[in-house]
Amino acid sequence: MSKSITKWSASLILVLMLVLAGCSSNSSYTDDSALSGSIKIIGSNTVTPLSSIWAENFMKANPRVSIAVSGPGSGVGIAALIDGTTDICQSSRLITAKEMEQAKAKGVNPYEIQVASDALAVIVNLANPVSELTIEQLSAIYTGKITNWKEVGGKDAPIVVMSRDTNSGTHAFFKEHVVQMYGLPTADKTLEYGKDVLFLPSTEAGVSQVAANPNAIFYAGLGYVNDKVKTIAVRKTAGDPAVKPSVDTALDGTYPISRPLVYYTNGAPAGVIKAYIDYCLSKEGQKVVLEAGFVPLAK
Amino acid sequence: MCHWLNRSNKEGLATLQEQVTAATVPTTGLRRRLRLGERFIEVWIFLSGLLAIVVLLGIIAILLKEGLPIFAHTPPWKFLFGAKWYPISDPPTFGIAPFVVSTLMVTLVSTVIAVPIGVACAAYLSEVAHRKLAETVKPIIEILAGFPSVMMGFIGLALLSPLVQSAFNLNTGLCGLTAAIMLSLMSLPIIVSVSEDALHVVPKEFKEASYALGATKWETIWHVCIPSALSGIAAAIMLGIGRAIGETMTVLMVAGGALAVPVSPTDPMTTMTAAIASGIGNAVRGGLQYQALFAVGLILFILTLAVNIIAERVLERQKRKFAR
Repeated sequence: MSKSITKWSASLILVLMLVLAGCSSNSSYTDDSALSGSIKIIGSNTVTPLSSIWAENFMKANPRVSIAVSGPGSGVGIAALIDGTTDICQSSRLITAKEMEQAKAKGVNPYEIQVASDALAVIVNLANPVSELTIEQLSAIYTGKITNWKEVGGKDAPIVVMSRDTNSGTHAFFKEHVVQMYGLPTADKTLEYGKDVLFLPSTEAGVSQVAANPNAIFYAGLGYVNDKVKTIAVRKTAGDPAVKPSVDTALDGTYPISRPLVYYTNGAPAGVIKAYIDYCLSKEGQKVVLEAGFVPLAK
Repeated sequence: MCHWLNRSNKEGLATLQEQVTAATVPTTGLRRRLRLGERFIEVWIFLSGLLAIVVLLGIIAILLKEGLPIFAHTPPWKFLFGAKWYPISDPPTFGIAPFVVSTLMVTLVSTVIAVPIGVACAAYLSEVAHRKLAETVKPIIEILAGFPSVMMGFIGLALLSPLVQSAFNLNTGLCGLTAAIMLSLMSLPIIVSVSEDALHVVPKEFKEASYALGATKWETIWHVCIPSALSGIAAAIMLGIGRAIGETMTVLMVAGGALAVPVSPTDPMTTMTAAIASGIGNAVRGGLQYQALFAVGLILFILTLAVNIIAERVLERQKRKFAR
């Protein structure tokens, strides 16, 4: 009995020593750069890959800064900003009037900075013969009015409609701009996603489903599109030209489904947060945007 | 579960007794110290028990406090039987019928799959398999119970869903059936382990009497072993159902997440747990969606409570039957 206790305490002391050694080596670390601190970024699943690269580069240049990025969804990020549990909210949609109200009620003052743009690609399986759709057709597919590919010029097969869940800014943006056809003569604010739409917890899951399922349709930020899926050329109305999503078509505004990617902070950013955002907006930072598959801010 | 715990407790008690008898007769000073130690242990156990109860009551109180206000916005019957769930629309609608039906359907199907396999496996391990084989296989099955659910979800997503899709000729493999199969795999270890324990403690005399009457092995298992271990097996099944109802990650990943009220297990669906998990992050604290999700949690809690109460009743009746 007593033997095992000494054995335990010996191992405990060993562990404690290791932990202390780890701590001391950390605290004895010195660096010349003045910047230090930690930043928490929560929000959009779409912006996460971009923020991660920015954060990594920034931390490499400023070793005493630590940045944690997580992407449960834009709505989550905005809720976290309102609850005061994040420094920066990354979002793939703009804050709603209702959320603004809630923020103000809690004494939070959301400050908006656009950091990049994104073209939302509509994707289908490589084997799908359909290559272009109008916004109105997309709306009909997503509300459940069109349920068979042959109605839009494809094979006689049911359409498996996939969307992100309500946590996602992409969900909200797509609903407003495609399902409800914002800004078109056919716009209808009462339209909702149909009840047979599959709501997926992540964009990656949807892209891999489309790659495997010949009848599936999904939407994803340009950064998520790979060569295992086909992007659909979108017409704003039946009379407009069909435009494939790309950095160029998003930059010149011809691709109809593009959106801003924004950072929200509580009040104007200061200190290390400002330094980080300044880096994101710099020439170097915007080069990363292009590499990550998003659309840089037009200069 | 009871047998499971009891057995290990008994082992612990045996070693304790050995130690006590091995010790020399204590002196008066040592005896006083032992008494003090005993008092300390008693208080410690009492406080631990109290803590468990306080935490449980606290959870119920929070569920009620955060969940009940939604019924001022949506009346309870509309909330329960409404088929439309649009939490972020303006104005939002909260109807959780699709989630309730999905949860019941997924749980039912997974139970129907897991119980026959699980009980048969337990009977094999306990009555048929060579002792040595059973002793190697059982720990392996128990390790399966500790498999992270996100990995099960991943396996379901990558391997099972294409299989289900082609086998049933579906539009998509992300459906209730895929989730139910994964859930049955997850509850199987619990069912096997607990029912094997129950079968293991069936008195040898029962079986010997059966064999003496000329019964075959199969007849003995079916008519003697399983009926006399039924209370333990029922407890095992209830534990399995509990696991299936509460499982979230796997279901979120493979059940498809459609908002329609499912008609068949092969429809994509959203269970109550998945609905909470996929919505709670987005909900602002105290907002309508937040309240609605807590109310879903409250109903889930009532559901599991009902399962437990029914299990308790079944066990009680079983015990009375044997007491005769």
